[in-house]
Amino acid sequence: MAVPKVCGIETEYGVVLRNAPDSNPVLASSLLINAYVEHRKVGWDFDDETPGNDARGYARDSQPPMVETHLVNTVLTNGARYYVDHAHPEYSTPECSDALEVVIADKAGERILTRSMRAARRLLDPGQEIVVYKNNSDGKGNSYGTHESYLVDRQTPFAQIVRTMLPWFVSRQVFTGAGKIGAENGAADVGFQLSSRADFFEEEVGLETTLKRPIVNTRDEPHADPQKYRRLHVIAGDANLCEVATYLKVGTTSIVLGMIEDGFIDKDLAIIGPVHAVRTISHDPSLRATLELVDGGTLTAIELQWEFLRFAQKYADETGLELCGGPVGLDVLVRWEQVLTDLERDPRSLSGRLDWATKLGLLDAYRERDGLKWDDPKLALLDLQYHDVRPDRSLYERLVKAGKVERLVDEATVEHAMTEPPETTRAYFRGTCLARWPDSVVAANWDSLILDVGSDPLRRIPMMEPLKGSKAHVEALFAHCTTPAQLVEHLGASAREEP
Amino acid sequence: MTEREQKKKPAPQKREDVTEDVEAPARQGEALKEELDDLLDEIDSVLESNAEEFVRSYVQKGGQ
Repeated sequence: MAVPKVCGIETEYGVVLRNAPDSNPVLASSLLINAYVEHRKVGWDFDDETPGNDARGYARDSQPPMVETHLVNTVLTNGARYYVDHAHPEYSTPECSDALEVVIADKAGERILTRSMRAARRLLDPGQEIVVYKNNSDGKGNSYGTHESYLVDRQTPFAQIVRTMLPWFVSRQVFTGAGKIGAENGAADVGFQLSSRADFFEEEVGLETTLKRPIVNTRDEPHADPQKYRRLHVIAGDANLCEVATYLKVGTTSIVLGMIEDGFIDKDLAIIGPVHAVRTISHDPSLRATLELVDGGTLTAIELQWEFLRFAQKYADETGLELCGGPVGLDVLVRWEQVLTDLERDPRSLSGRLDWATKLGLLDAYRERDGLKWDDPKLALLDLQYHDVRPDRSLYERLVKAGKVERLVDEATVEHAMTEPPETTRAYFRGTCLARWPDSVVAANWDSLILDVGSDPLRRIPMMEPLKGSKAHVEALFAHCTTPAQLVEHLGASAREEP
Repeated sequence: MTEREQKKKPAPQKREDVTEDVEAPARQGEALKEELDDLLDEIDSVLESNAEEFVRSYVQKGGQ
């Protein structure tokens, strides 16, 4: 049965140290994060990190990602994790309870990176600058991820998730893609494609995230009660700047997962050769390429999306989408239908709502004005600089300023989310503890918090329920406590130390 | 609640159906083109110099 779709996005940003003889990305990333959180860093607690566990219930002959504990790793008062992952600065939004909260938290992450770049200047030699890009590829065969997480019922057989999510991830590229010039990783050459990540998927299902990337990732690390929950770790997605794209990406995927858990989709939408299909769909901005269903028949990606949408509309009629944000979920449905309608009518009309269409519109304008071919370096530069996170250099931000991009949230809301956690999940408890008692929070991770209450021993507060610890749940508790010791005392007296 | 209200804001109008004034579409087209030209000029002014070298030097290893 469907569980509330607690969700979030983690983004690895591209990073460059400019005008330095030796640009070490690990060093640059560390410097960036240290500059932002210079006052006090709360450490990350790695006890519950098990990236080698496979959702299929067995360990395979594959290399699980290493957990690097020596790199910079911090938790922010908004409940987010900000850290160095491999050779990139990574920002993981706090747990959110609907797609709109994710849009806000994800945009707040961009602003935190912007502020970090500015703060880092003081620590660099004159003329040097750290620049970050919110994209997923360097155009030379190296990709870095933007991952989504969704809370899923442990009872739902993983094979069922895989069967429906494969055609889902293939077809959703029509609105999730961030657009890219050319192909990489041995894919057939193309002028422009929908997704920057499509060329990097080589398997249907698997545990890896850095090589032979699978469309469905099997990392079984729920960051919650493992008896009740899974966390679906999605690696087949692009970094989006357009808020509408992020909103749809998370909102629609939440609904589809709810339908899978409830066994609501009574038609087999599995497609033949999903790995090949990811590229086929991405490489066709005309959106006419077709997919072959296992059950027979062919559909375009948009037609397959209509199939999902029709099920979702019925599902909404029956459930009100209460577990996908209620009114937010219903609004997602309306926008989903509008976007599919517009994609069918005129894909260019999605400029300002979807990243790939926005970028393509910009590139086409340049192609026309300057007579440029797809392999012109100037177009490659436009492609890259669209994702530059510096407000004065970001071409995406230029388009926003020119009124060419639709926004879903205002800047005051985004600014607020840079320091304040969402109020609807345990991120509220984590963030509030950090804001109130920064010197007493020894370490934190997604499902626990370690407090120094001034006397031995350190106290570990488990947070195995992602929706417990919300503002409604713990506001009164915080009002009663002036010290962490009192907090622990109150928690101990109530629900087995669960906030 | 304010967030939800903002969300309901309609998309910027990209195409307008004008039926009363037959010359309007042409004039609008010109205005749009001018606006686009201005925008491209503005973008030109913030583009990194030496596109080829800049793009070539952007290398990102060790990602997921």
